This record gives sequence, C-alpha cells and structure tokens, in this order.
Amino acid sequence: MNGIHDMGGMHGFGPVEPEPNEPVFHSRWESRVLGLTRACGVQGIFNIDESRHAIERMAPGDYLASSYYERWLDRNVRLLVEKGVITREELERRMADLAAGRDPAPAHTDPDLQARMVRTLTERPHFRQPGPPPRFNAGDHIVTRHDAPVGHTRLPRYARGKHGVIARSHGSYIFPDTNAHDGGHQAHPLYSVRFHAAELWGVSAESWAPVHIDLWERYLEAAPPER
Amino acid sequence: MSHHHREPESILSLRVRALESLLVEKRLVASEAVDRIVSAYEEDIGPHNGAKVVARAWVDPAYKQRLLADGTEAIEELGFGGVDLRVVENTPGVHNLVVCTLCSCYPHALIGLPPTWYKSFEYRSRAVREPRVVLREFGVELPENTEIRIWDSSAELRYLVLPERPAGTEQLSETELADLVTRDSMIGVAVVRPPRAEVGAASRRGAGAE
Repeated sequence: MNGIHDMGGMHGFGPVEPEPNEPVFHSRWESRVLGLTRACGVQGIFNIDESRHAIERMAPGDYLASSYYERWLDRNVRLLVEKGVITREELERRMADLAAGRDPAPAHTDPDLQARMVRTLTERPHFRQPGPPPRFNAGDHIVTRHDAPVGHTRLPRYARGKHGVIARSHGSYIFPDTNAHDGGHQAHPLYSVRFHAAELWGVSAESWAPVHIDLWERYLEAAPPER
Repeated sequence: MSHHHREPESILSLRVRALESLLVEKRLVASEAVDRIVSAYEEDIGPHNGAKVVARAWVDPAYKQRLLADGTEAIEELGFGGVDLRVVENTPGVHNLVVCTLCSCYPHALIGLPPTWYKSFEYRSRAVREPRVVLREFGVELPENTEIRIWDSSAELRYLVLPERPAGTEQLSETELADLVTRDSMIGVAVVRPPRAEVGAASRRGAGAE
C-alpha cells in the first residue's frame, strides 16, 4: 500500500536527535505494550505481518502524531477487535472499572506461556522455510515490480520499478504479502538486492552510497545488464 | 499489582492496563509472563551481547569467517540466538549502515530494543537517501571515496555491523575489546574508538560512556 509508514527517501523530517542515556522504556505502559504484543504473537492471535500491516493501516495523520508504542497500542487494539477477541466497548468499560479502583480480572498464571515467550528470545525464528528453488543467482540483473498493491508489501516505494543486482540469495522466507492477509504463509526465495544510489534517487544522490534491500522473488523480474 | 502514581494516571497507561486486564481475564496473557519479557529487555539483553560477538570476530579470524558467512549459526556458538542474522563488515574502504525504512527491524537479541532515534521518522526517511549527512550528524566523517553500504532491513533478517577494530588495541584481551564496542557502532552510526580516545571523550562529556 502507499502508506505513510513507507518513509525511505522522504524529505522534511529534520535532523536525527539521539536522546542521551535513553532508558529502555520511557514509562511502564510502554513495557506492558511490548510484553502484551509478544504474548499475542506467541498465542497465535496475530502474526508479524498482520501486525505490521495493522500499523500501516493507521490514518496517516494519526501515525505521524503518535509515538512508537502508541502505534503499537493502536495496532494491538485494532487487531484484537478485528479478530473478535475484545470489543472497543469492553475496553472502555474496563478502563472505567480500573479508574474506579476495580479490576474484575481473576488472577491467572500460565507458566507454559511464559516459557514459550522466553524461548522466542533465543530460539531460531521460523520465518525461513523450505520453498521453491531460487530463479536468480548472485550477479543477476533484475528490475523490481512497479506496482502499488493495496495490501501489505515489503517492497519499499522508493525501490519500485528500479534496476538492481542480486547480491546474495538468502533461501526461502515466508512471504509477507500473503501472510498479512490470510493468504497463507508459503515461503518464496528471498534475496539481498543492491541498488546504485543514483538509480534510486537520481542526480541528487550521494555518491558511493548503494542501498541493499531484502526482496522476495515475487517482487523481481529478470533484466538485461544495465548500460 | 500496585501502581504508584504521583501524577494522575495518563489515559494511555489506563488503556494499556485495561487491555492487559481483559487479556488476563480471557486467559490469553499472564502478567508474570509479561513481567519476565520486560525484565529480560531491561536487565539481560543489550549491546554487551553484540559486543561479545564483535570482540570474538576481532580476535579469532576463523570465527569471523563463520560469522560473515552465516551470522545466525555463528552467534549460536556464543550462546545467542532468537534472530536470523546477517553480519556486514566495515573495512578501510567500506562503511555499513543499518536502517529499517518501513518499520523498526533491528537485531534485538544482540543489541537490545532499538533507541527512539532508530525508529524515528527522521532516521528512517533520511538514512537511505543522505547517509553521509546523517552520519555527520552522529559525528562520523568518512573519506569521500569510502563506500557507504546501506542495509534496509525489509525482511526477517537482521543486520549487525562488524566495526573495524581500532588501531593500538593489539594488547587488549577479548573482554577489554568488547568493552570498547558500542551499540551505535554495531548499527553503523559510530566507529569504535581506541581506549585512550574513549577516556578523553568521556571526560570531555563529564559522564561515563554508554
């Protein structure tokens, strides 16, 4: 989709301003949002691609006006409502309960969930899966698809319809464009693709600043060598 | 669980507590499990993990080869995991810089949760298009003919920069070398300084280095 999240190359945002001695979380609620998100993932309520796409579906003005963990919270509520796990009314009622000092939730522990969540910190991710053999080899010239699908994609807007060279084959990974949309988690070949800065940005590009993007074979077509 | 708030609780905080309460009630979440993940990120997981990987690569050329060939496997030798990893090496003519223009992909397992600037619109929009200007803002001035390779983390692979080992550190142990390696150097917005320069920089700032 042509979303506000797709920011590579945009102008106007100003200097990068690191915060000295930044804490891991700026307030407790941020840390709870992170933990709740991980729990939802481990419980299979939503996957990473649905989760990214839910943030991309925020209204652009809201996206820009929200902090990082505000976007995460918006995403969690959006997906939990869409999937029928909670309703917005239920959430409002629970906020009123808590504000009045009542928490109706009975105590609940789940050592198995905890163990599964902790395992995700160290076990190999499952995104790399057996898939069809790769069509391209390192050194092959490609051109990226020029399309603006309405759904989720990981081909950034700045790299649409651009010529590049396969730098490396990564094996097959779950395809986000379908995994975000109940389209299945089939794997497709993934490559590191190298683009010259001038191909992406034109004559105003910085010299000697190639960009490498990890792109699925579905985004790529064979191209003759440039020039 | 008690909540001590000096100021009135923000609507955001209340909303998050309500969400947690609902998910606990539906037995989808246990608060202790959330506590455990939060404390892992606050206490255990951070740049010191990645620094060990970098220091090992500096002292052990065979390990470095394995790390560059297959980062995912090589970090498991040191007891790390949880990430499909690609390590990219800085050399005299090549500097690497990692960004995620679409969201906030970052090698958590090795360097912790990303700082706010990494997730900022400023960094995400500009790192791909004007890396030299961005690096200059971080105080990194590279020779004009140094190639800056930008890695836009668009898939489920995470990128870690293997910075150059600073000159004059031949006598340092692996542990001492790891102490020199900063988070920012593993993202590519800093270079690793030799110990003497680090002491000087820290005293000029009047505070400990990160």
